[in-house]
Amino acid sequence: MKNDSARGLNRLALEIGYSLRGFLQTFGAGQIFLLRLIINSPYALARPRLIIKQVYVTGVQSLVVIMLAGLFVGMVLALQGYLTLSKFGAEDTIGMVAALGLTRELGPVVTALLFAGRAGTALSSEIGLMRATDQLSGMEMMAVDPIKRVVVPRFLGGVIAMPLLAVIFSAMGIFGAWLEGVIILGVDEGAFWSQMQAQVELGQDVMSGIIKSIFFGVAASMLAVFEGYNCVPTAEGVGRATTRAVVHTSLSVLVLNFMLTAWLLGGT
Amino acid sequence: MAPAGSDPSSRKSPAGCGGDDNIIVIRNLSYSLGQTTIFNHLDIDIRRGGVTAIMGPSGTGKTTLLRLVTGQELPDQGSILFDGGEITKMSRRELFRMRKRVGMLFQNGALLTDLNVYENVAFPLREHTKLPERLIRHIVLTKLHAVGLRGAWQLMPSQLSGGMARRVALARAIVMDPEIIYYDEPFVGLDPISMGVVVRLIRRMNDALGLTSVVVTHDVEEVSSIADCTFLLSAGRVVASGTPEDLQDHHSATVMQFMTGMADGPVPFHYPAPDYGAQLLDRGGK
Repeated sequence: MKNDSARGLNRLALEIGYSLRGFLQTFGAGQIFLLRLIINSPYALARPRLIIKQVYVTGVQSLVVIMLAGLFVGMVLALQGYLTLSKFGAEDTIGMVAALGLTRELGPVVTALLFAGRAGTALSSEIGLMRATDQLSGMEMMAVDPIKRVVVPRFLGGVIAMPLLAVIFSAMGIFGAWLEGVIILGVDEGAFWSQMQAQVELGQDVMSGIIKSIFFGVAASMLAVFEGYNCVPTAEGVGRATTRAVVHTSLSVLVLNFMLTAWLLGGT
Repeated sequence: MAPAGSDPSSRKSPAGCGGDDNIIVIRNLSYSLGQTTIFNHLDIDIRRGGVTAIMGPSGTGKTTLLRLVTGQELPDQGSILFDGGEITKMSRRELFRMRKRVGMLFQNGALLTDLNVYENVAFPLREHTKLPERLIRHIVLTKLHAVGLRGAWQLMPSQLSGGMARRVALARAIVMDPEIIYYDEPFVGLDPISMGVVVRLIRRMNDALGLTSVVVTHDVEEVSSIADCTFLLSAGRVVASGTPEDLQDHHSATVMQFMTGMADGPVPFHYPAPDYGAQLLDRGGK
């Protein structure tokens, strides 16, 4: 009995060790990959058409999802805020509450999560399929580095698109809050906007959201292209890589968000 | 097999396809994937200007050999010389310089699916040259005309049949005027007409453009009609080499099995398995 439990503990320790080693290996490989992306970025920046195309694919084609999500998140914020704040007679502040919540937290975080589901999966599966159908090997054989030609433009496209999408998300959210609060619930419009104008600071609140979304853009785009580029070149491998990209991006965004919030609030 | 020498090119040439002007010299090449030995002290010479066929049953490592000679994989041991340069010791930059001198036709064409036929063929030119658009257009249309697909320039890869995709890939492979082209299973999945077209194209391109062609295939009949020299691989080694006629007359059981398409022989039909009857009666096992 004692032997069995000792053996079980031993196996558990071994499995934890293997998992930890696997995690550290992947993490290290990810850092090296990110370094390669950064080193090769000047090549892609010298050919802006490649990047513009990717900004269109990852950004413009995600607009409908982002705008709709932003609109409804803003409306829910206003509704919830109204129900709570009206108990204290402070329903006029829902504009400010919604704007602060959106620009500081919800805008960048929800945009990054939606990006992972919409553009991140597209990036992973596209690059994975290129791997599976020998397109990347074909490029290598044509003496063209697929990192420079395929991966870096997609990475930079995502990094550029993310903050733009986050700003649009927040703007749509504020519009949704106005729609719900002012038009449907009858909050005073002047108070709605003036409270927001008085309390939301461009430098602290809006910029902190934009800074966050830049970090999220780097993380989400890097993880998407990393998983696609390193996938097993089979249908199952591409599927697994796509799933991993979404899961890893979502977790990374939430962890990064906490760290960035602590940093931007000055460690308070 | 000859022992590994300090100068790979000084080792004795494999029998069958003589000649001193070899663009590729493979000596003592060994390569394993995990526990599986793919090549075991392999020696092959590819003669400049000819069509060389590398044949063998599925799973003998024919495509792996192409990956090795193009520097996509590194061998465990041995030497691969391309025009005198040691591929196994080349840096990435040197490999890319070497690859600008070669073309490769992948089994599935490997066309870039977001570009149309014209842009696929123009791709290497746009990446490696600063030619004016008018000249690029001229070159692309010339190459597409050579493979009979000038009229399909605006089609997307998804609109092409398997044979057409392979011909477009061939046009792309020759657009930089390479010295050597590698064909990876160029006849797989083609209808008889497309196959005949591709077979003739390989020979015609080779002679008209002064190329060297290496065709990796297991289609004996098709490749025999165009190859100058043939190597038959089995169990990680060259089991026979020579002209297609030499192989047809070969008395080795392995060669005869492959050339005549017999199901069983030195290359077994069945994957190693326990006794059939015992496995059927074993209720517990799968």
